[in-house]
Formats: sequence, structure tokens, C-alpha cells
Amino acid sequence: MEAQAIFDTLKGKFGDAVVELQGEGFSPAFAVVAPAAVKEVSRFLKEDPDLSFDSLMCLSGVDYKDKFAVAYHLHSLKHRHAIGLKAMLPRENPSLPTVDDVWPAANFQEREAFDLFGIGFEGSKDLRRILLPEDWEGHPLRKDYKYPDSYHGIKV
Amino acid sequence: MTARSNALPTQEMTINMGPQHPSTHGVLRVILTTDGEVVTRAVPDVGYLHRGLEKIGERVTYAQYMPFTDRLDYLAAMNCNCAWAWTVEKLAKIEVPERAEYLRVIVCELNRISSHLIAFGSYTADMGAFTPFLYAIREREQVNDLFEMICGNRLTYNYARVGGVSGDAPPGFLEKTKEFLDYFEPKLDEYNNLISYNKIFVHRLANVAVIPAEEAIAYGLTGPNLRGSGVPFDLRKDEPYSVYPKFDFRVCVGTGERGTLGDCFDRYMVRINEMRESVKIVRQAIAQIPDGPVLAKVPRVFKPPVGETYFRSECPRGETGIYLISDGSVNPFRLKIRTGSFVTMNLFEKITRGLMIADVVAVIGSFDIILPEIDR
Repeated sequence: MEAQAIFDTLKGKFGDAVVELQGEGFSPAFAVVAPAAVKEVSRFLKEDPDLSFDSLMCLSGVDYKDKFAVAYHLHSLKHRHAIGLKAMLPRENPSLPTVDDVWPAANFQEREAFDLFGIGFEGSKDLRRILLPEDWEGHPLRKDYKYPDSYHGIKV
Repeated sequence: MTARSNALPTQEMTINMGPQHPSTHGVLRVILTTDGEVVTRAVPDVGYLHRGLEKIGERVTYAQYMPFTDRLDYLAAMNCNCAWAWTVEKLAKIEVPERAEYLRVIVCELNRISSHLIAFGSYTADMGAFTPFLYAIREREQVNDLFEMICGNRLTYNYARVGGVSGDAPPGFLEKTKEFLDYFEPKLDEYNNLISYNKIFVHRLANVAVIPAEEAIAYGLTGPNLRGSGVPFDLRKDEPYSVYPKFDFRVCVGTGERGTLGDCFDRYMVRINEMRESVKIVRQAIAQIPDGPVLAKVPRVFKPPVGETYFRSECPRGETGIYLISDGSVNPFRLKIRTGSFVTMNLFEKITRGLMIADVVAVIGSFDIILPEIDR
């Protein structure tokens, strides 16, 4: 299915929770959805027989300076089509529902986004830092991250 | 294998494995909870090699990032180089000269062979057979010699460029590659006779850590680990990029020939068979390679258009996908690298539950993980 058709299906099903289609300049195109609706939309994308997005290729946090985003790249092995899903989050307390019960593959990548961006995933079965030490301060991939002078008394 | 009930009372024990451990293939730490010899929980702890490659990417130019991709997966640096080049080219819609694409395919497949050789050799060494490792290293040396000939380096190649490759193949390179293929192809049968069907080896791998196809897909496994579960999905075939559509090769999948479909033995065998397919691809590429330039004209101050792109390619350890956001400046705005090993580790805790401690080593080897790719 083409991105526009997938977007129209989502729009018909979820109405205002589906905000816009980012098509021009985006490959694959992104359907931007309200953060609170991410889980329902994901479940629908996975379980609808015409869509069956059975594989979550990539889950990324993004810092757009004025806001955060979580981008999901989805692919269907059955229908061989792909789409992106994106949720825009405010800079204060960025948080959205987890999708690790829809695609188990999400867990490590959600932990990564939590670790490096400080994005919360509500309902996650295991949300801890993954790449950095547990006592690390701050989230390095944020654009306003300040590099620390030292770590445990070691100059960095 | 599952826990046996017996009269001996046992107590759960927590054991630390790694980060310095010969069979964890790098600095992987696993926290094992065991009941006797049976693992009740194995929690992987990664990140010891985190260098912030994605953050670095936001501070260098597109061309300057190329050497950093070498450090993603040092056993398959050519594949990572090309993945970066293809991503940027897709974003900026750059036409690459055909000869450059052929050279990329040749080096990528040679690198797949040398990477699978290490996977094969270190796996057998983990299982207690040291000799095959020496065989694998012997063959890999010749691939390294070829790479030294074409780009001057033996481990971190920095060979691809945005728009092509750094230099044409020197005189004699293609002939030497052909000689290597003629030498190498019969060696695969030798490996099979030497170790693949060895009874002890098969017993260590067959029916261990079976991953059904649905589970493999749900957990996002890619590459040989996915194909080991019998799913015939290969990006070179199913989402063809570069000049791969011009070549005839088979997608190798697990068959459950010695145990259950999706066990450690299937994942091992997929890699052995894939080396043969890579030989086939390189042979065809050498026969068909056209003359011409190897580098497109790309401006020195390179500013791709504003946009976002996701490109994935088939690396030896599964799909390496790069999500690249450009704001139109000389530096990437954000790049995220999704690697096969990182996603595969997500399944580790689930798949090792109830195995014996020695089987945990078999699982790590069968996933063929590499730590710099996990930690980035």
C-alpha cells in the first residue's frame, strides 16, 4: 500500500489523533500522530490484515530543538510495504506510551531513547539506561546537552 | 534443555560473566542467575564500548563521518562504509558511476566472507574446537591482502566515498580476487568435513535456543539470524539496492536439517552457505564490471537538501539501517544507526531462560554479535 493510502486509512480510523502526512522530502513518508494515540495506532497497523506491519525496523528519538520526537520505521514482511510513524513531544517531560507489547523489538531501542534523550515510555516493562552508566547525568543526544567536566573525579 | 528436578536441594546463585570473557566476543557483560547448571535468568549489560558515534555525527561533515563507520563493525567495515555512502546518496539523490557500485559490491561480499569466517572460526573455538579458527584466519588473511591492495588498509578501510569509492582497483586486483575465490570455494567443503557435521559439534548446537519464525520477526531479527529461522528475507534480494539485481544468487535459509528449525545449528549453517553465495556474486561482478569513472562529482562543501531518509542494507550481522535527518547544513542534523547485533541482543534474555550455562555461550556465538555495533 502507498503511504498516502495508509495515511487515509489511519485518518479514517483515528480522526484527529492522526495529525499530518510528512511526504515531500521524507523517505519513507511519516504519519504524524498524537503521542497518546501511539499505542492504539501501532496495534492497528500491526493487526489490520491489509497493513500487517509485523516488523519494527528502527525506533529513534529526535531532538528538533523546539520539540522532541520519536520516529518509528515500520515494515511489513507480508505486504512488503513500509511507513514511518512519528509522535511529537513537548520539551518538558517528554513521554508517550510504550509499544513493546506490540513489537517486542521496541524494548532495547526505547531504552536507548530514554537513555540518550530522556524520553519516557509509559508502561514499559523495563526502562533503564542501556548504553551509559546508571549514574550518568543528563541525556547526551539532546541539542542543549552540556558536556561534563568530570565523571567520578576523572577528568573527561 | 530444561531444568531437571532431582532430590539435591539447590540454591540460586548470581554469577557475573564478562565484560572480559573470551566467549562473549568483546566487552559484553551478562549477569547470570543459575540454579545449579541451569540458567534461570541471563541479563545482558551492554554499553562498555559506547563512544557516542551518533553524537559525533552531528559535529562532523558527511564526508568526515566515513572513517567513523569503520568503527561500527570492525569485522565488516566495508559494509558499514557503503551503508553510510548509500544513505547519503539516497538523501541527496546522487548518481553513482556504475563501476563504483560494482567495486562496492565486490568489496562488500569479500568482507561478508571474511566476517562470516570469523563468525565460523570463533564459534567453533567457543565450542571447543580450536583448529577451524586457524583455518578461518588463514583465509581471512588473503581477503585482508586484497583490501590492502585496493585501499591500503587491513581493518578499517575508509574505502567508500559519498558518490563512489576512493580509488579504482589497481592493476591485477580483479585477477587476484579471482585466484582467491578459486582457492577459497573448495575450502567450504573442507570446513564441512572438518567440523560442521562433527557429531559433538552438532550435539552442542542442534535443538539449542530454537527461535520460531514469528518470534524472530517480532523481535526484529535480521540477516542470518532471521534466515536461520526459515524466513527467506534478504535485503539484497527483497529491497534491492546498488547493482545487486544484476546478480544471480540464492537466499540461504535454515532447514532444521540436524534438529529443529531455528536452532543454533541452522544459524551457523546459514553463514557457511552464504559464503558460497558471496563467492558467486563476486565472480559475476568481476565478469560484468564495466569501465569508467569511480567517483561522481560531489561539491567539496557538500550540503544535501533538507529531508529525512532511512536506508537499510544487508550487512553480515543483519540489517544496518541509518536514519538520517538533514537540515541543509554541512553537518547531519541527526543520525541514528540501527544495527543487527543491538536488536538481536533484545531477545537474549528470553531465549537463554532455562538453558545450561555452556549453551549460553552457544547462543552468543550463534547470534554472531559484535560489541562496537551494539554500543556504538
